[in-house]
Amino acid sequence: MSRYVLRFGALGYLTLLLLVPVGFVFYRAFEHGIGPAWDAVSSQQAVHALELTLLMAAIAVPANTVFGVILALALVRSRFPGRGLVNAIVDLPLALSPVVVGLALFLLYGRGGWLGGLADHGIKILFAVPGMVLATMFVSLPFVVREVVPVLREIGTEQEQAAETLGASPFQTFWKITLPAIRWAVAYGVVLTTARAIGEFGAVSVVSGKIQGRTETLPLYVQAQFEQFDIQGAYAASVVLALIAIATVVALRVFHPREETS
Amino acid sequence: MASSAAVLERPAGAASGRAGGALAKGVATGYLTLVVLLPLAALVWSSRADGAQAFWHQATRPEAISALKLSLGVAAVCALINAVAGTAIAWVLVRDRFPGKAAVDAVIDLPFALPTIVAGLTLLALYGPGGPFGVDVAFTRAGLLLALLFVTLPFVVRAVQPVLLELDTEMEEAAASLGAGSLAIFRRIVFPNLLPAILSGVALAFARAVGEFGAVVLISGNIPFRTEVSSVYIFGQLQSGNEGGAAAVSVVLLAISLGVLLLIGAFRRWRTRHDV
Amino acid sequence: MRVIWITLLGVALLAGSATGASKGGSINLVAYSTPKDAYGKVISAFQKTQAGNGVDVSQSYGGSGEQARAVAAGQPADVVALSLEPDVNLLVQKNLVPKNWAANSHRGIVSDSVVVFVVRDGNPKKIKDWGDLVKSRIQVITPNPFTSGGARWNVMAAYGAQRRAGKTDKQAIAYLYKLFKHVPVQPDSARAALQIFSQGKGDVLLTYENEAIYANKKGIHTDFRVPKATLLIETPAALTKRGSSKPAAKAFYRYLWSGTAQKAFADQGYRPVVKSVASGYHFFKPPGLFKISSAKYGLNGWAKVNKRFFHPEKGIMAAIERSIGQ
Repeated sequence: MSRYVLRFGALGYLTLLLLVPVGFVFYRAFEHGIGPAWDAVSSQQAVHALELTLLMAAIAVPANTVFGVILALALVRSRFPGRGLVNAIVDLPLALSPVVVGLALFLLYGRGGWLGGLADHGIKILFAVPGMVLATMFVSLPFVVREVVPVLREIGTEQEQAAETLGASPFQTFWKITLPAIRWAVAYGVVLTTARAIGEFGAVSVVSGKIQGRTETLPLYVQAQFEQFDIQGAYAASVVLALIAIATVVALRVFHPREETS
Repeated sequence: MASSAAVLERPAGAASGRAGGALAKGVATGYLTLVVLLPLAALVWSSRADGAQAFWHQATRPEAISALKLSLGVAAVCALINAVAGTAIAWVLVRDRFPGKAAVDAVIDLPFALPTIVAGLTLLALYGPGGPFGVDVAFTRAGLLLALLFVTLPFVVRAVQPVLLELDTEMEEAAASLGAGSLAIFRRIVFPNLLPAILSGVALAFARAVGEFGAVVLISGNIPFRTEVSSVYIFGQLQSGNEGGAAAVSVVLLAISLGVLLLIGAFRRWRTRHDV
Repeated sequence: MRVIWITLLGVALLAGSATGASKGGSINLVAYSTPKDAYGKVISAFQKTQAGNGVDVSQSYGGSGEQARAVAAGQPADVVALSLEPDVNLLVQKNLVPKNWAANSHRGIVSDSVVVFVVRDGNPKKIKDWGDLVKSRIQVITPNPFTSGGARWNVMAAYGAQRRAGKTDKQAIAYLYKLFKHVPVQPDSARAALQIFSQGKGDVLLTYENEAIYANKKGIHTDFRVPKATLLIETPAALTKRGSSKPAAKAFYRYLWSGTAQKAFADQGYRPVVKSVASGYHFFKPPGLFKISSAKYGLNGWAKVNKRFFHPEKGIMAAIERSIGQ
């Protein structure tokens, strides 16, 4: 009985908050048929925006994943002064509104900023891909760490200790014992990081310079279409982003089919 | 502690492994510094540029304080609702079976992947004036909360799911066979194991809710002292040329968020102090 | 897997090196978002002229204030087209735009528009003039003047109309207080305001004529009325110091006042500033049109107006916002 109440409650919440809005996005995208939706996302500008978005993700996601696992291990398995502080700092990027992320990056890399001199030597950070990658990495930083830390705590160190007493090197222990144990956490962390990396608008918008066809990611393209009263185009491009996010989860399932536990 | 015991028993050939570990930590520290700490430092530095008095003045203006209170308050409510709803959803997705479950699981992250303008437009169209359900929460704090719940949906769900997947059901089954009811099983056995993950997700949800701009700016109404959140206030100050004020309020918001995150971490350590 | 990495690297390199490969040189245009369509046409036409042959023009569109700040932070820009003069002056202060940027025959103004009322179809509440906005239970939508520089045109149009009707400065300010009590929501931008209005919120929207015309062209039906007394919106464009050293940029800047360019602006709903082009279009001429420099109505140019009305703390508008919220 309680199972049904729980299911009903959770699904009801999800329906109102997630399924209906997502359905609405798809509906508005295809309202006038597949043709106009396809046209909206197959223009040169849109295709370039998609490529750039994928590039952002291709750099930010692996970087944050590797970093995330290393940091999670450090936070859970070692003791160092300031551990609690570092733990809290990892979440901080999320608390910054995108405007402020952009401001901070301007203050650092912009004209007159601490590292503003880089631009004078031909190293373009802002208004170019590197700055956008940095902004993307910034806003999608916490997820792998946050996913892995609780699981690392949960599984404890018994198996790792056993492996070491049996003569395994730390790397072997990590690869054969730890990593498989946290694979779901890493996987979900990657899913979240990817979703954020492809969907991020605010911070990337500020540091990108919004140069059409050159520093315009798909979310920026969505915004641009909205500004030009092309709401259907905006929704169609959003559907592309939604499909990428869904594909990430599906890929997860395909590579890690899991046993049902109930 | 466990790790120190492991150090004593570590075989000799692990020295290079340890060096590798130190290198990895060094790289991670460098990464954290470059990507997060440097920009934050530049921001904090800029906020003190006009002096402590100007900082304090900007941070304590009535509009600023009102916006800060609103942002922090709504974020807290949002995080708490997520704690309950997110856990329930994760449970249903891992332990339950129903048609379409895989499809639902696949779309949980969409609030994240959709650009915030689309989130705002969608929620405005559905739950604002002229919406198909006859519900209009636009331009109220309820609408603001709704937008935040949307964008923070995946956090607790995705934090709890991996833990639930790894959780050994032996203890629950044993307790059930001894006659414990499902609520007691949850409270005594399952929940303590989930708590760290729930808190993890709650921290993320709180942080995101505090800083959110794009999804809320359309539906919240932006009336100062009533529905203007910190991110919109900061944006307005920046647009009006008050960069110092924008930086000051941002830093205050950051500091308070950091405090909350530290508290959540401390709470977790306290609750799990009996664990190995 | 390797193929994917190589492809991605290739895309990255392409993305990074897309500029500078044209024989005619390259220009960077940084503009606010509304005239994007028009500038697209202007650029294509320019590239067909001799001066523009083979010139690569990069285009960036966004909120006017944000664009100004981006250029101030180092975004390369040869021509900036922003929605109001103070945004250009920010760049003058930062030494990126020459002080005499407006010293040409059109004072640097590339297109005009006016503040208008967008009403519900058929104008059921019969909103015609500024006095109608403060009638009982009328709800007015306007963007927040602190997040949207463009919304300042709305506020000053309201103030100026009162002054033109003979009210004193004090009475005009009292009108502004009254007006904002009728504003239930202040969207962050003009575009967002139109979106919210189209969805059913409010009885009247204060916006710019070109926005309303363009919305109609794009299929968003807007019934707009030009009040008899309203403010002339003048949108500037400036050649930056960087652009001053590029012949192609100078040529492009001059081209903005050519017949072709002005027609492109007019087709998007702007009022052209070149008289010969304007005569080919039929824009309603409000009898009570005034400017931001109409001193007899208390409007002494943006610098003074910004300081008096829109200072984030001491401005009259800041006080009004405080009063409606508390």
